[in-house]
Amino acid sequence: MAVAVVGSLALLASACGGDDGSGGDSGSGGGTALEGRGPINFATGKDTSGNLTNQVNAWNSQHPDEKVTVTELPESADQQRAQMISNAQIKSDAFSVLNLDVVWTAEFAANRWITELPEDQFPDLNKLLPSTIDTAKYRDKLYAVPVTSDGGLLYYRKDLLDKAGVQPPKTWAEMQEACTKVKALPEAKTAGCYAGQFEKYEGLTVNFSEAVNGAGGVVVGDDGKPNVDTPEALEGLNFLVEGFKSGMIPRAAITYQEEPGRRAFQEGNLIFHRNWPYVYALAGKTDGSSKIAGKFGVAALPGKDGPGVSTLGGHNYAISEFAKNKATAADFIKFMSSEERQKANIEKTSQAPTWASLYDDPALNKQFPYLAPLKASIETAKSRPKVVKYGDVTTAIQEAAYGALTGTTPPKDALAGLQTKLSSLITQ
Amino acid sequence: MSTSAPVAQRPTPEPTKKPKRATSFNEGTGRLAAGLLSPTMLVLVLVVGLPILSALRESLYQSGQRIDESGFIIQGSEFVGLENYSAIFSGETGERFWNAFYNTTFFTVTCVLLETTLGVAMALVMHKAFKGRSIVRASILVPWAIPTVVSALLWKWIFQADGIANDLLGTQILWSTEGWQSVLSVIIADTWKTAPFIGLLVLAGLQTIPDEVYEAAKVDGAKVWSTFIHITMPLVKPALLVAVLFRILDTLRIFDLPFVLVGPNKESVETLSILAYLEANQTRYGPAAAYATLLFIYVAVVAYVFVKLLGADVFGDAIQRKPKKKNGNGGRGGRKQDASKTPVSPGVTAGGGGGGA
Repeated sequence: MAVAVVGSLALLASACGGDDGSGGDSGSGGGTALEGRGPINFATGKDTSGNLTNQVNAWNSQHPDEKVTVTELPESADQQRAQMISNAQIKSDAFSVLNLDVVWTAEFAANRWITELPEDQFPDLNKLLPSTIDTAKYRDKLYAVPVTSDGGLLYYRKDLLDKAGVQPPKTWAEMQEACTKVKALPEAKTAGCYAGQFEKYEGLTVNFSEAVNGAGGVVVGDDGKPNVDTPEALEGLNFLVEGFKSGMIPRAAITYQEEPGRRAFQEGNLIFHRNWPYVYALAGKTDGSSKIAGKFGVAALPGKDGPGVSTLGGHNYAISEFAKNKATAADFIKFMSSEERQKANIEKTSQAPTWASLYDDPALNKQFPYLAPLKASIETAKSRPKVVKYGDVTTAIQEAAYGALTGTTPPKDALAGLQTKLSSLITQ
Repeated sequence: MSTSAPVAQRPTPEPTKKPKRATSFNEGTGRLAAGLLSPTMLVLVLVVGLPILSALRESLYQSGQRIDESGFIIQGSEFVGLENYSAIFSGETGERFWNAFYNTTFFTVTCVLLETTLGVAMALVMHKAFKGRSIVRASILVPWAIPTVVSALLWKWIFQADGIANDLLGTQILWSTEGWQSVLSVIIADTWKTAPFIGLLVLAGLQTIPDEVYEAAKVDGAKVWSTFIHITMPLVKPALLVAVLFRILDTLRIFDLPFVLVGPNKESVETLSILAYLEANQTRYGPAAAYATLLFIYVAVVAYVFVKLLGADVFGDAIQRKPKKKNGNGGRGGRKQDASKTPVSPGVTAGGGGGGA
């Protein structure tokens, strides 16, 4: 019995974390002045690149009285969000600057967990890619500054395409055609044609949105209203559904997150693969971990009748509402999003910058040949729905898409169901 | 009787005063006991009692679900009575709840049955004296020593599309997709991890069985199987039942294996704990607390029923014996005799069992 009590306790305890101490309304959502200087704290997900220390040290050496300490949160995005939220719910000033995934902006802003930023204090905003700034806004007000971005790319087997004498495809039909030609080659007989991320998780939301947008549809329109039960959206979804049915997308792709997909591509089991820029460095490794080093190329995503539309990823830096020394925090954000720091960062980590001119830097383009297609990808990329209940929205999208891809729901019904679900979730 | 009577009478000259004297003595011990236990009780109240009450209270509230005109969440929480509970049982959420309830129960029954069978077998192997026994013991315990999340990740690699499971089986099963395969993968991983736990507890039980009992059975000509059924099982039953109870309570709360191995929002393996987590993750703490409370009640009821039904058989042995002997011997003296008798009693029971075979 004691075990039962203690055992369930963990759950109950985790569930009661939301005990609201938040009766008092802070009421300072508007553009209050960012005041106070001194040491601050920077909460960010686990730094897998290893370069964050360099970036922060650069700041600390210039600002000995306003030192930044880094709090590394777990690697999993869900865990990062959970820690930031619990920190905000107890109104702790432990975190000053938050490194937010682009899809969290609305939720954090609506809960007043982050401070609205006066745009006039961030003069460099117009030098960042406009699509990335859009992700940092909630109801047309700026709450964060985009520091890294991300867009989907089409990786393809250059060696096989060259051998078959085909160009990198710009449309889905061209991709299909190229595939048929490549698969006629003896060495590509067993390879799958195309795969993205279709496991039931955030990646499916990304890939589903790209398919829908690529066919000219929308999931949530610019007016903030869901509009997914349309012929265009159906065509987009059908591209994936038919892909699975015809075997153009290998069956196993329904279990792919980024990493299993990357491995399949690196093993030479895929001809075309949709993934993020990070794959470029890994697939090009010549230490034997990749069988296709030097044999692949990168292009912008294909769409139905022309270039495709990527879903926008990336991270924005925001200031916690409950932080002290907000002036320092704002300066630190400006520093981290500056051209110099972003350049230093991409050189070391290959993380996509938000600073537009860096994409045209000849030296960087030589080092990262995917920058040109990536810029095109990000410039036309669409944000995922900017809604407070993003978690529910993405779950609903995954539910509908997964049902259609696995054949349990007809695509038409899946979209109709999704439209109903989204309408009840998004009440703007 | 003869020993206990003087002990009881010496401090109490008159029989009428006997109960009074006893109570005052008990009071004194009681106070001391209460004093000694109070730090523990305080800790228990703080880490067990309060969170439970706080979760119960939380489950009657809702917060942060409505947005004002300028797009901000309306602060503060609102008392909603049992609305969070009624919402769980209605419509689509209701279907989801009962599916999770079924999954939780199914996992518990299947996994515990498998684990018990395998665990007992492991214990019997570990108990045998043979060369390299310590290595076998250690290696059997390894899975149990691995944190569940880590073992879930290990199994995830094994079960991925191009993983070793498919290679060995020569199949192309997509284990993490909806359907029987994901359920099976969770059962396999859970059994692999926790059968050693039952094995460990049963082994401890086995080691308390004296060798003489087996010798007696051998002399009586008992076969291996009847020795196992009539000697080993009855004597190891108390330890086994505790192990099974622990496993049932654990499995009812199963979370990490299905969540990591298969993933969230997968109908086939969604359990009650996962539902509670997902609600809390969406900052809907009221409904999350309601789910957690329902799970808590379910676990408590199962534990109670288990102890009442099965426990009465076994733990009852000890509980029933005491009052009988107390009646026979009277007073505290009985306990002394009881203690001196204990080593004999298993011999008696087991001897009877062996003879019957």
